[in-house]
Amino acid sequence: MSPSPLLKVNNLSKYFGGVQAVNSVSFELVEGELLGFIGPNGSGKTTIVNLITGFVKPTGGEVIYRGQDITGWPPYKVVRLGIARTFQMVRPFYQLPAFKNMIIPLYSPRVKRMAGGKYGDRDAMALDLLEEVGFERDSFVAYKIASVLPQGYLKRLELAKGISLQPDLLILDELFSGLSLAEVASIVPIIEKLRHGGMTIIMIEHRLKELFRIADRVIVLNFGGVIADGLPREVMDSEEVKKAYLGIEED
Amino acid sequence: MLLGTLIYGFVNSVILALVALGFNLTFGISGVANFAYGALYILAGFLSWVLFNSVDLPYAFAALFSVLLTAIAGALMYRFVLLRIRGMVLSEVIATFGIGLSILELFKYLGFIGFEYTLPVFIDSSIDIGQVVIDMQRVFIVTIGIAMAGFLWLFTHHTKTGLRFRGIAQDERTALSLGINSDWVATLSVSFGAAYAAIAAIVILPLGTITVDHGYEVLINALAVCIVGGLGSTGGVVIASFLLGYAQTFTATYLESHWVMVVPLVAILAILAIKPSGLYGEQKELEERI
Amino acid sequence: MKKRKERIDRGIKVRSADIFALCSWREMLYLSSPRLLPIVGLFLLSFLLSLYWQKVLLSVSVFALLAISWDLLAQSGMVSLGQALFFGMGAYLAGIMNHYWGWSPFLTIPVATLFGGLFCTVLLLPVLRLRGIYFAMVTLILPIMLVRVIEATKIFGGTEGISGLSPLPSRWLELYIIIFALLAALFGFRRLMGSDFGLVLKGINDNDRSVMNAGINIYWFKAQALFIASSVGAFAGAFMTHVYMFVGMPVFALDYSILPIAAAIVGGAGTFAGAMFGAFILVPLSEILRGLGGLRIVFYGLFLVVFIVALPEGIFHYIQRKYHQFERWVEVEK
Repeated sequence: MSPSPLLKVNNLSKYFGGVQAVNSVSFELVEGELLGFIGPNGSGKTTIVNLITGFVKPTGGEVIYRGQDITGWPPYKVVRLGIARTFQMVRPFYQLPAFKNMIIPLYSPRVKRMAGGKYGDRDAMALDLLEEVGFERDSFVAYKIASVLPQGYLKRLELAKGISLQPDLLILDELFSGLSLAEVASIVPIIEKLRHGGMTIIMIEHRLKELFRIADRVIVLNFGGVIADGLPREVMDSEEVKKAYLGIEED
Repeated sequence: MLLGTLIYGFVNSVILALVALGFNLTFGISGVANFAYGALYILAGFLSWVLFNSVDLPYAFAALFSVLLTAIAGALMYRFVLLRIRGMVLSEVIATFGIGLSILELFKYLGFIGFEYTLPVFIDSSIDIGQVVIDMQRVFIVTIGIAMAGFLWLFTHHTKTGLRFRGIAQDERTALSLGINSDWVATLSVSFGAAYAAIAAIVILPLGTITVDHGYEVLINALAVCIVGGLGSTGGVVIASFLLGYAQTFTATYLESHWVMVVPLVAILAILAIKPSGLYGEQKELEERI
Repeated sequence: MKKRKERIDRGIKVRSADIFALCSWREMLYLSSPRLLPIVGLFLLSFLLSLYWQKVLLSVSVFALLAISWDLLAQSGMVSLGQALFFGMGAYLAGIMNHYWGWSPFLTIPVATLFGGLFCTVLLLPVLRLRGIYFAMVTLILPIMLVRVIEATKIFGGTEGISGLSPLPSRWLELYIIIFALLAALFGFRRLMGSDFGLVLKGINDNDRSVMNAGINIYWFKAQALFIASSVGAFAGAFMTHVYMFVGMPVFALDYSILPIAAAIVGGAGTFAGAMFGAFILVPLSEILRGLGGLRIVFYGLFLVVFIVALPEGIFHYIQRKYHQFERWVEVEK
């Protein structure tokens, strides 16, 4: 008896003045899964995330989370239900230190609710969260102004912001992009730890090797439509996927 | 009586549209809200007057020159002021506002107040439509208005430069990567908008005297039309002009004339309540700016 | 030998960081004098100035309040071109309550403050969802439109306005109420924007998508900032109604919209103290320049443009920088 899906997307579509960015996409997500979203640039991956999280209103279809229809809900409501996402282009508040960047997510009503009605010490919580994602406390990196931090730390900061909302579903949009192999290798354990803690995760990625090591399932998109949905190995063997990914590096 | 109201309503609407088109043009293309718009309008008016009366140029030349000079003023405004604060909406608005204010109040200070400040009508006669008498100037206004709107549409849809304009308006980064020079386009858009203001001034001002306060009114009317019609949408501006124009004319005819100014206010409040981004507003909600 | 300018915090600034300030009088003085200056200065001025200049001080305080209110909105991402809207709304509400219902100023002023803020917030609520330019346009237009409506419909006294309103008990009370309000606004707003709540507002200004993503309803926050700012403006208006004992169309005048912006920009947007500082410069200046008539506004306009383009940080930031840091030439290392 399969558990009822955490997230169910039915025929989701988005038409942007002349372009069908997302074309009738449907999929399900079970609690605890790590789902990968891959596909060539412009295939609509980020748009789907925007549609789910409310940053863009769909022109068709529905998004159902824990049985509730959240289609077209604004971002703040979606977050409060327990879905968090990171952005592909990280843009922190550059003038603020890293830990101050965390204050805003920690000011969110969701955090208050999850903590039982009180906010708690945001500064301390910020430092703890940053430590979890790899901001070593001893080096006081968390106190550095965001504008001087390298991409690796900024990505971790973005991840921490998502985690701070204590989501049940975390969507990571190209977290690994712009990172070296070593940096990716150091972030992967953090994601695994989240999984073991019961978090459901969707990852949009171009770094297929790293993604396939941790993903349970992979969905492949092209031109806004789903062209494959299954285990990583199976999906990569499909002819259509190979065609879409002309020039993909062989493992 | 009704025919007269319909016709004058039409003229009124075209006047509003003429005035709003330039402002909308600049904003729609380069995202610059030119709050000096009313000042440029009056500048063109006074320039014409000075060229015609003090420099004694034939009126056609005076008018032409003042349109040119106003367009140049717009370009200079962009190059020297706006260019440095491009992208910072707060600064752009305040700077253009400041410039407009300075220009208008300077005219006031220099004494450009009085009944002698009028521009000549082009053809001093009138025609009859049914039982209604219309002066040629108003007919001229309508003709020019339609021509300008038509030209604008043709330009932005069918010429290379116009298409570049729309490219920038739709997606600046992509347009830049395609080789479209954003700064040059922006300068042109401010210039064009200024030229439109000047042409509107030359055509409309002969109906009365040139007053500095009218400059503020022009800006307000332009803003009101754009708010109701939707910033950036030429179609919306035209429709809003007609809505407001007719509403005002009907109000003036059938109610008392001092209720006329209530019309735009009511329209703005109504639009804010129903569809804040305007009738044909292309402003998506903040969420969709991604 | 190439040289470059280096800016370093002054020794005393570093020594007075955090709790170390309590170590010595010098450090404590360093920290407290900028804060004490406005407080002591304002009270001293109120004693020392002649009657005429006291009236100017009153005017300065009112414009300073409007400038501070503008600054709050600007920091939260809303550019108001119509502080006169808030001012006029409060002024008319107070005048109406006093004239038609006979309420005393001690009742009309607080009520006008609250409801003025409420009305203005509700009025502007729909534009909060749109791009910033709409907020600027609507705030510019509304006061002007309202004037036309009053003129046309002749309500609330029409062009003549409502005169013969109750004054405040004494001239001194007037002065001290407004000075107290100004200081309360100044320090209150600084506290507010320094808190986490203020951080969220600044975040909305900087990157609202990011704040939305954090599960925060940015419109609710913007509405709160708008309510606070417009209430302060309404207070100023209600207060002046009872000082002039009159309310009429001039309360929606462009002056009340422009001067606060100029004060904030020239003084230095973003610090509230800068806005107040700017008011202290521009209002007396405008008094002195009264003889120039309309040329005054030309100057404001030019000032605005020059400062916005060339010195956007404003005078106050410059002074603040000099106070906390010093500069020196340093050789460029190879």
